[in-house]
Amino acid sequence: MELYTKSAAELSRMLRDKSCSATEIAQSVFSRIDAVEDKVKAYITLTRDSAMDQAKAVDELLAKGESLSPLAGIPVAVKDNICTKDILTTCASKMLYNFVPPYNATVMEKLLAAHTVMPGKLNMDEFAMGSSCENSRFFKTHNPHNLNYVPGGSSGGSSAAVASGMATLALGSDTGGSIREPAAYCGIVGLKPTYGSVSRYGLVAFASSLDQIGPMGRTVEDVAMLYNVLCGHDKMDATSAYREYPDFTANLGEGVKGLTIGVPAEYYGEGVDEEVKTAVHAAIKELEAAGATVKEISLPSTQYALSAYYIIASAEASSNLARFDGVKYGYRAENYNGLIDMYERTRSEGFGDEVKRRIMLGTFVLSSGYYDAYYKRAKLLQMRIAQEFAEAFQSCDLLITPTAPSTAFKIGENVDDPLKMYAADICTINVNIAGLPGLNIPCGKGANGLPIGMQLIGPKFSEATLLKTGACYEKIVGGFGPIPEIRA
Amino acid sequence: MEYTTVIGLEVHAELNTATKIYCGCKNAFGSEVNSNCCPICTGLPGTLPTLNEKVVDYAIKMGHALNCTIHNVCKQDRKNYFYPDLPKGYQISQFDIPLCENGFVEVMLDDEGTTKKIGVTRIHIEEDAGKLIHDDSFSGSLVDLNRCGVPLIEIVSEPDMRSSAEAKAYLDTIKAILGTIGISDCKMQEGSIRCDINVSVMPKGSDTFGTRCEMKNVNTFSGAVRAIEYEAKRQIEILEAGGEIHQETRRWDDMKGESFLLRSKEDAQDYRYFPEPDLLTIMVDPAHVEELKASLPELPNAKLKRYMKDFGLPRFDANLLVENPEKAELFEAAAALKSCQPKNISNWLNGDVSRLLNEKNINLSDTKLTAQNLARMIQLIESGEISNAAGKTVIEEILFTDKSADEVVKEKGLAQISDTSALEAIVKSVLEANGKAVEDYKKGKTNVVGFLVGQCMRASKGQGNPGIFKDLIVKAIETI
Repeated sequence: MELYTKSAAELSRMLRDKSCSATEIAQSVFSRIDAVEDKVKAYITLTRDSAMDQAKAVDELLAKGESLSPLAGIPVAVKDNICTKDILTTCASKMLYNFVPPYNATVMEKLLAAHTVMPGKLNMDEFAMGSSCENSRFFKTHNPHNLNYVPGGSSGGSSAAVASGMATLALGSDTGGSIREPAAYCGIVGLKPTYGSVSRYGLVAFASSLDQIGPMGRTVEDVAMLYNVLCGHDKMDATSAYREYPDFTANLGEGVKGLTIGVPAEYYGEGVDEEVKTAVHAAIKELEAAGATVKEISLPSTQYALSAYYIIASAEASSNLARFDGVKYGYRAENYNGLIDMYERTRSEGFGDEVKRRIMLGTFVLSSGYYDAYYKRAKLLQMRIAQEFAEAFQSCDLLITPTAPSTAFKIGENVDDPLKMYAADICTINVNIAGLPGLNIPCGKGANGLPIGMQLIGPKFSEATLLKTGACYEKIVGGFGPIPEIRA
Repeated sequence: MEYTTVIGLEVHAELNTATKIYCGCKNAFGSEVNSNCCPICTGLPGTLPTLNEKVVDYAIKMGHALNCTIHNVCKQDRKNYFYPDLPKGYQISQFDIPLCENGFVEVMLDDEGTTKKIGVTRIHIEEDAGKLIHDDSFSGSLVDLNRCGVPLIEIVSEPDMRSSAEAKAYLDTIKAILGTIGISDCKMQEGSIRCDINVSVMPKGSDTFGTRCEMKNVNTFSGAVRAIEYEAKRQIEILEAGGEIHQETRRWDDMKGESFLLRSKEDAQDYRYFPEPDLLTIMVDPAHVEELKASLPELPNAKLKRYMKDFGLPRFDANLLVENPEKAELFEAAAALKSCQPKNISNWLNGDVSRLLNEKNINLSDTKLTAQNLARMIQLIESGEISNAAGKTVIEEILFTDKSADEVVKEKGLAQISDTSALEAIVKSVLEANGKAVEDYKKGKTNVVGFLVGQCMRASKGQGNPGIFKDLIVKAIETI
């Protein structure tokens, strides 16, 4: 078995019993990249030299008998909206085509301190706005299960790289489903952590009150290992929660006995494909058989979440993206006549259509005379949605829903229909609106052979419960299958 | 028709915290361009603000000093607009819930002690922007981001002032309070206090305000007086000519002494305020709010009354000291030594010392003057050991060197000659050289004695005591 196919947990054990070296792991991953990246196109930037140096350093430290983090020597690739010192960070936008941050995001500092190896920076929808990775200004990423299909988005580079073995683990970011939906489309595990549990410092902001960085991997244990490194209070992020976190790998084998799983009817309605419903229901049955109690519940405000989300997220985005003005860094229009013209041309040329659409929407809802009708009402709705979840968690330990209403769609299928594209996030956005953790677990395949995912939702800081439930299901089904053969 | 001018002021004061409001950069003026900045205050993608709690403390102190209600639970908001000196494309400020609200301040309008209560609408915290640099030596503009993230408080008054003099008195009082509670350097020349002025006019006796215009870019208090007078005159002229005032924002050009239209109400910017999602709600423990109140030093109005009562200073003199906390502090330290008259200390500080500071455009804290040295110099004058004229030489030395007053007197030979025989010799030679004046005196023009004393002082190089000279001259002429 090639090293690139192995899980982080397995590689970690092999490094410790010296049955492989970090250098060999990195070489294996890069040989996989050499073999399939042409077809999948997950990476915007490959950092082969620094990755090999990192791997060599790990081997030297291990040879000296140093005790390193369990993730030392494990290839973890990073979404291109997370700032990496001295390494291009583009957000897949023409606006930042040349932006090299002079500082590391807090999560990057944590990855470096854990001696992980970074193969490169991953493709995404421009500024994380999109559900298919088709909004990248550079190129489209393909689904490793079928190259004609999208890998999901916005963390589509992350899901495709992990699913195809071009990285053992990856960081994604999730504002409305951007970790969970691509994880579902590519058949991997993806965790959107509780808002405030992972520092946002260094994540180029899309919607500050909804954004979270999270781990993506091929097994639940791998995702738990990476989450162990990522979570924690950061004084650089005022919204970061001040609390202690357990070892999330510690209770993965506990099973689901005694847990009550809520099944909210609103997530299984019209617009969700029958094959998805069937697969998720089957998975819930397995968990019930394993000892969980299953309960039908209702979250009546679910239908309003999409509207609330597009108001709040776009409002914040319109302000967060104001700094890209051509003055200090990144793209500036070549020809302009005065300051206002420079702003207008730079932003017209630098941003893609979807980003401009959301900036306009956000600017509109914050405008004098419209603020109360839109932004203020959306914030009230947000409170109500959070309240409904809180009530559901009075009687349930977690909820299970589909992650996406369908399996991955074909590249180009939805590009001209933004509303249809937005619907891909219909099951995931409520979780961001309420600041809760959400975990995608693969649960079968559709008629087209593409993966289906279920979403585990828990109360704030219940990641341990979600992960052990995911691990229980993973054990029941005997794992999530091998890395697919790359073909159209 | 006669008109009443109605004025409201927005004062922006930079706070003198050690670090900036949302990052750890040094809060300092005059550093090399773009040296006091970091990824956070320059708004690099991905960076986040974290609030410097000192800024909240300072603003609450000002709120207490201006008798405000303190909102110990409040939030910060984003004010969105594009400008090259604003690297994030928004300023973090406070919109609908300011930290302090509904206060007032009493201002002294004249030396007779007439006071007026001016309402304070609100005080909020916000970050300063950078500075654009335009110069003939390069094309285009450059931007210095050192000032980005310098903490500001904005103090908004009610439209309670009715003349430029009242506005000036209000500004002087605000400045004195900022300095006294020690939260701002109040260095006008460094732009640490700036104001926007709202002016309207209404027929005398009316109680309906006219349409107001706002003037921005007023960087000195004397400029504020000129701007108000200019604007009131402009509006009155329009009304007298049968026109009407349009609400607009104008830019004051102090060099030209004129204001220019910046934008009309129709073009008013929509700042799209919304709650800053990167920062948490500000929550200050009510006990801490009270602690801050208790920590306030004596405020300028109370100090003024005490100076008049305890030191017997005239209101005018006391006010000059109180308006400048550095001077007030030195005054009190020198007076506490009880080695000379407080009035003389006040005279020197408000007279020669202030003149020298103004000439050099510096603050008292930039000098080496100590209370001990100042009191000693005045003591030497009071005891007749040096003349008042010699004092003017001494003060310059003790302001700018490490020498003591006694060392200066000794080095420069400024001690007054007390040996009467030496003084008599000078008088004798002066009277011999000025026979005509002596004759005039004898004819009854006794005021020539002043001239003769002056000649004696000159001959003694300032070291003679003018009182003794006068006695000796009169005695000498009468015995001739």
